[in-house]
Amino acid sequence: MKRHLLAAGLGLAAAVAFATGGEAKTLVYCSEGSPENFYPAINTTGTSFDASARQIYNRLVEFKTGTTEIEPGLAQSWDISTDGLTYTFHLRKGVKWQTTKNFKPTHDFDADDVIFSFDRQANKDNPYFKVTSDNHTYYNDMDMPKIVKSIDKVDAGTVRFVLNVPNAPFLANMAMDFASISSKEYADVMMKAGTPEKVDQEPVGTGPFVLESYQKDAVIRYKANPTYWHGRPKIDALVFAITPDASVRFAKLKSGECNVMPYPAPADIPAMKSDPRFKVFEQAGLNIAYLAFNTTKKPYDDKRVRQAMNMAINKKAIIDAVYLGTGIPAKNPIPPSMWSYNDQVKDYPYDPAQAKKMLADAGYPNGFETDLWYMPVQRPYNPNAKRIAELMQADLAKVGVTAKLTTFEWGEYRKRIQAGEPMAAQFGWTGDNGDPDNFLFTLLGCAAAPVGGGNAARWCYKPFDDLVVQAQQTSDIKKRTELYKQAQVIFKEEAPWYTIAHGVQTAAVSKNVEGFKLSPLGYHVFDEVSLK
Amino acid sequence: MAQVAPPADCKKQMLRFIFTRLTLIIPTFIGITLLAFLLVHSVPGDPIEVMAGERGVSAARHAQLLHDYGFDRPLYIQYLVYIEHVVSGDLGLSLITHSPVIEEFRQLFPATIELSLSAMLFAILLGLPAGIIAAVRRNSIFDHGVMGVSLTGYSMPIFWWGLLLIIFFSNTLDWTPVSGRIGAEYDVEPVTGFLLIDSLFSDDEGAFASAVSHLILPMVVLGTIPLAVIARMTRSSMLEVLGEDYIRTARAKGLAPIWVICVHALRNALIPVVTVIGLYIGSLFAGAILTETIFSWPGVGKWLVEAINRRDYPVLQGGVMLIGTVVMIVNLTVDVLYGFINPRIRHTR
Amino acid sequence: MATETERLVSSSPTPPGPIRETWRYFRQNPGAVGGLITIGIIILLAILADAISPHSPVAIHDDAFLRPPFWEEGGSLTYILGTDAIGRDMLSRLIHGTRYSLLIGSVVVTISLIGGVVVGLIAGFFRGATEILIMRFMDIVLTMPGLLLAIVIVAILGPGIINAVISVAIVYLPFFVRVTRAAVIGELVKDYVTASRVNGASTARLMFLTILPNCLAPLIVQATLSFSAAILDAAALGFLGLGAQAPTPEWGTMLADAREFVLRAWWVVTLPGLAILITVLAFNLMGDGLRDALDPRLKR
Repeated sequence: MKRHLLAAGLGLAAAVAFATGGEAKTLVYCSEGSPENFYPAINTTGTSFDASARQIYNRLVEFKTGTTEIEPGLAQSWDISTDGLTYTFHLRKGVKWQTTKNFKPTHDFDADDVIFSFDRQANKDNPYFKVTSDNHTYYNDMDMPKIVKSIDKVDAGTVRFVLNVPNAPFLANMAMDFASISSKEYADVMMKAGTPEKVDQEPVGTGPFVLESYQKDAVIRYKANPTYWHGRPKIDALVFAITPDASVRFAKLKSGECNVMPYPAPADIPAMKSDPRFKVFEQAGLNIAYLAFNTTKKPYDDKRVRQAMNMAINKKAIIDAVYLGTGIPAKNPIPPSMWSYNDQVKDYPYDPAQAKKMLADAGYPNGFETDLWYMPVQRPYNPNAKRIAELMQADLAKVGVTAKLTTFEWGEYRKRIQAGEPMAAQFGWTGDNGDPDNFLFTLLGCAAAPVGGGNAARWCYKPFDDLVVQAQQTSDIKKRTELYKQAQVIFKEEAPWYTIAHGVQTAAVSKNVEGFKLSPLGYHVFDEVSLK
Repeated sequence: MAQVAPPADCKKQMLRFIFTRLTLIIPTFIGITLLAFLLVHSVPGDPIEVMAGERGVSAARHAQLLHDYGFDRPLYIQYLVYIEHVVSGDLGLSLITHSPVIEEFRQLFPATIELSLSAMLFAILLGLPAGIIAAVRRNSIFDHGVMGVSLTGYSMPIFWWGLLLIIFFSNTLDWTPVSGRIGAEYDVEPVTGFLLIDSLFSDDEGAFASAVSHLILPMVVLGTIPLAVIARMTRSSMLEVLGEDYIRTARAKGLAPIWVICVHALRNALIPVVTVIGLYIGSLFAGAILTETIFSWPGVGKWLVEAINRRDYPVLQGGVMLIGTVVMIVNLTVDVLYGFINPRIRHTR
Repeated sequence: MATETERLVSSSPTPPGPIRETWRYFRQNPGAVGGLITIGIIILLAILADAISPHSPVAIHDDAFLRPPFWEEGGSLTYILGTDAIGRDMLSRLIHGTRYSLLIGSVVVTISLIGGVVVGLIAGFFRGATEILIMRFMDIVLTMPGLLLAIVIVAILGPGIINAVISVAIVYLPFFVRVTRAAVIGELVKDYVTASRVNGASTARLMFLTILPNCLAPLIVQATLSFSAAILDAAALGFLGLGAQAPTPEWGTMLADAREFVLRAWWVVTLPGLAILITVLAFNLMGDGLRDALDPRLKR
């Protein structure tokens, strides 16, 4: 920790105060923005999940820290019926709810809490359905209303979910943020007190940290939950210092104002890596950035043109200039950290001459004109779509293709892509539950191909679709892996996308931070972190 | 600029003036709400699509949400409903955070005031003496220096200026922190919302120093243009006053030059300066938008820029309206104050 | 900033001297002459941009990302002032940037000058309810901080250099309205106006041919100062990502693109800002000189 001259000049040594405060071990995390609020089920951003779901709450099953594997959480174990329709969760015993300023729990976590947490999202008549917001985004987006038939309490320690159709990714959904379990007792007390919205403003969970205070755009404070069922965290207090600007976060890390910083500016990473004061963590995220070719529009209805486009664009230049080490070149639609990733697939080489020849074969010896859309915002998988578009434009010009750059305000952009308007558009995806289905079926399946669906290439190819639908309804993971691997081979041959890159998540921590792990799902968790 | 009133009528005129100004509040306020409403509703883009991200939202659900938020009603009905709520102090809920707009404004506004007032104070404390000395030592090197520097300050793109200061003071010299209002290690209870005050009364020893050191750079950046304006304004109005007969008389009577400058000249020279300062409070908000963005200062300027990017209609509408109202009140106060000082001082002349 | 000038101007409705006399005063002010010369150079750069730029401002050199200026280690004379994040030549982009700044300034001033003069003439000439309505509306618009209003208008129109220009022009319009109206009211009571009214001049003739020419002095000053303010505000919009879009070499947009390199590549941050500062300063120097020359009362 360096002293700021001004503070010292005023005769008050900030460093001393910090040192004395340092006896209680406080970890400062320079977070990238203010959370939307503290109710995970209506949130949509990783920033909000980091602040709420991942610190305060738990779920029935959890992603093992640093992986997408499912491990027991509030459910100690579970059984799946052979027809894949019934999931029975056996709940953990002795899990204590957090004690806060205005809530003292009288009993432990049980089945009623689980029922309440889902009923609040599913049942319009639940008194909490409309509290804070009735837009339970993820519950709907993950198709839960269609998947789940009923949720029943078997006894205080057992909950049974009955599904309408077999759905292999369901278990992974239960580890997602929207499935966080909150206290029914707290909700009842607050409803009686006439302040139901407090449930979401001053949350009570079973997680490692208890929310103490929050000042918008400035700071969130947590203290360790002494009764955490997984063992009390190794730090005493956790502070989120909200710092939206990446280079500012780095400056704060340097000056010792924070211990952990996520999402550094790509340009700063080399400096971070060479500085012995920091440790830099990198992990390929569960995401993909791509350029989708609208296969219903000329000339992209011709496979040869799509393949030629794949050879005309210099991927390495994009990775070097735009990702600056925060992206790895993508060849498959799913990231390498995901199970069933097919490493046998070979990417198209950068070969403008061959591309030009193929275009000529396809009937475009002088190239053609196309639009090329780029999103106006930075995404986890794409640090600067504009810059990528400019590079692509220059490459395409070399094979005679004239690309006109186009963009719209972000909401509008997405909508127009769904409406099938662009010929070629940059887009991307961040996975939710670590299941390949969440990429291959959601983004490339025939179900999403009609106008209005999420299949940006409007690509519906029977041999591919059969494979991913079959995989969705099979719960044997070995069999699924095989199906998905075949699907990726077909995808590459048909080339509905130019796969750009998988964004690498990066975080830097100061030397004295130990036990930090990055999650491929983009979470930042601190229950196993300690300060030396 | 001013109608000189005969001394006898002064009070009556004054009251009438204040009364006319006050009666303008309501139509102006209605105008502001209407302007804010119409502007914000002309912003294209669909807030529901923005909320949805890559995933999108089904048509049925989209329609349902539009209805829930009341976006499907005719515009004038939406306005009337809005006004009705505004009058009862309800500015709606943010689409993103789902918390009341007025509550968010109340939380963030003190930070903006703190920043703006300190910037203004910085500008006055430096600008006034600089302007006075420049006027007294007219055509000296100091005078040319002040005028040159202030014209440069006046021409400064402050968003760039802020970045330069960060590079130099925070990064190279490591003298000041880069952003925020106070070090994360200090937990100061927001009683007034003004961190300088809150931290001064907190038990934490270093909190005040930390708050001050965080304030310095944003204050300088935001204060740069007002500083330039005040220095120039002070100089020119001082020059004007120094040339007047009564000052020459005072000098001829053998009064000490310092006395003449401080008491006789300054008092009169300050009138236009005070007016400019008052009028500048409004422009400070514009500067605050940029300054807050650069320094991650948790104020209303940054809040509004974010609201635009996220298409958070209620926040944008409420924020624009509230800021317009604040500026209106400030302008009114300045007007009335000016009406007060002006004739009296003319009279005592 | 326009508030200040507006006050100074409206308080001094003295008619301008002949052009030659103005020039004589102007010439005596070294700052103003310096500003004028700088503006001349900027205009030359803008006209000759294609001829003198060593590279195309949008050409991407994928073998030279973020090269420093030639005097720094790793720099070369090929890219005298270095390159940006995707290997575009900084010097060429800065030179082409002059075009956008001059364009922004002139278009904003033209739009708001014409609009403001027409509305201001109407308000000043017809008085009564028309005037009250117009001036009230202008007051309300003026209660909004200029940049905030500009941001909202750009959000309505969509980001882009043309829309940024339009929104800044709208924001500046009320200032011209006020200046024009104040000047018109000052002129209306004068004898020559009464005389030509008696002679049966039409309203339009009175407005545009008799009165307007006599109100030019404050308008010219307001226009020069708005020119520089417009460059600043448009750059601020660019900086917030709402102004010119890629790959346009507009300085504010360049600065926004460069922000992430603050700690690593000083040249991509420092140079565009410096270009803005120099241009704005030159216009302000000239504006000051013009005001002093056109307005003898403030001259000392």
